Amino acid sequence: MIARLVVERLAVRRGERLLFKDLSLEMAAGEAVALTGANGAGKTSFLRAIAGFIAPEAGTIMFRGDHAALEPEDARRSDVHLIGHLDGLKGGRTARDELGFQVLWTGGDEAAVLAAAETLGLTRVLDLAVRQLSAGQRRRLALARLIASPRPLWLLDEPLAPLDAQHRALFGELMAAHLAGGGLVLAAVHDPLPIPARSLEIAA
Amino acid sequence: MKALALLFRRELALAWSGGGGPLLALGFYAAITTLVPLAVGPAPQRLAAIAAGFAWIALALASLLSLERMFERDFEDGALDLLMLGPAPIEAIAAVKCLAHWAAAGAPLALAAPVAAIALGAPMSLAPLILLTAAIGGLAFAFVGGLGAALALGSRRGGLIIAVIVLPLIAPPVIFGGGALDAFAAGLAWRTGLLLLVAYTLGAVALAPFAMAAACRNAAS
Repeated sequence: MIARLVVERLAVRRGERLLFKDLSLEMAAGEAVALTGANGAGKTSFLRAIAGFIAPEAGTIMFRGDHAALEPEDARRSDVHLIGHLDGLKGGRTARDELGFQVLWTGGDEAAVLAAAETLGLTRVLDLAVRQLSAGQRRRLALARLIASPRPLWLLDEPLAPLDAQHRALFGELMAAHLAGGGLVLAAVHDPLPIPARSLEIAA
Repeated sequence: MKALALLFRRELALAWSGGGGPLLALGFYAAITTLVPLAVGPAPQRLAAIAAGFAWIALALASLLSLERMFERDFEDGALDLLMLGPAPIEAIAAVKCLAHWAAAGAPLALAAPVAAIALGAPMSLAPLILLTAAIGGLAFAFVGGLGAALALGSRRGGLIIAVIVLPLIAPPVIFGGGALDAFAAGLAWRTGLLLLVAYTLGAVALAPFAMAAACRNAAS
């Protein structure tokens, strides 16, 4: 279980452009960090570097458990959730099938699927095809796997963007509960997070 | 293992849903088989001579049809990220995708191959060997095809690129499989061709997942 995330002097390059360098971050269980910065500053790239998709040009990313450092690859496979701009849902399949696969794949179980759908108010739309859902419903469907399959580190990229006020508040409560249970939330945002969070600005 | 079984079921469901990938491949196979007598003339002797070989060419072409969707769909909608943060290494994910592709498209096509060849006038005695070579060769097509599909990730006109990458790579199995059938029909030693086909397929199954994984990592970065 990830209890600490330590990023030291990270530099990420995309093509010719050096997005940022010397970016350090240390966060512990129970902490939320709001990642801010202008469009194109590298918030998404930072999250994807932590998820292991982008090889940083310099610097280190370490995951620590309660006692020892974790093997990054293992930690990412079992302890990290990433919600990106894209929801990762297939338009032609039902919400139930898609959520079920996402939850089981990331380590949750069947019962948790229904409970999470209930929590996020998706029970009524579970049998609709994903393409019939609104953008907000799709995002909630993607967010449902966060609570259905427990993984400590949440990497969220603009998680609130398509949500209405009521569901932003609801997701705020879910994030707060996750933090209270020893989770970590690192979210790239433009609007403030609905929970107390440290801020980390990415500037060139 | 449980996770990979889950992924296999998902891939199969995706292949069957929305436009019915296997049905499409079979329809294409039937259509292209029908074109042969129209193109080369209806003389039974001429058709019988090319029947088995033709069944193989059509198989190779039909195998290309749904390759584009194999990785591209998951890449476009973001599901590839999710898969890569799952419990299985991306090499295993790629291999499962290829196996599911074979089960959904390759196996039905292998069943159709002897039917098509016999319809064109191949002798009945050839049918079991056609089925066997088509099933084995289809597995090679799926893995080599998956390699092409992974390499074409994120490119526009991916389908065309995949065909250009994959067709040269499936020349060897076509040669071995078609050669075995020819030899069998002529009463010559045909086992060598079959064994070479098996060897090529095993090589593809063993090596392609690593290349696919590298291509997926590259696309995700």
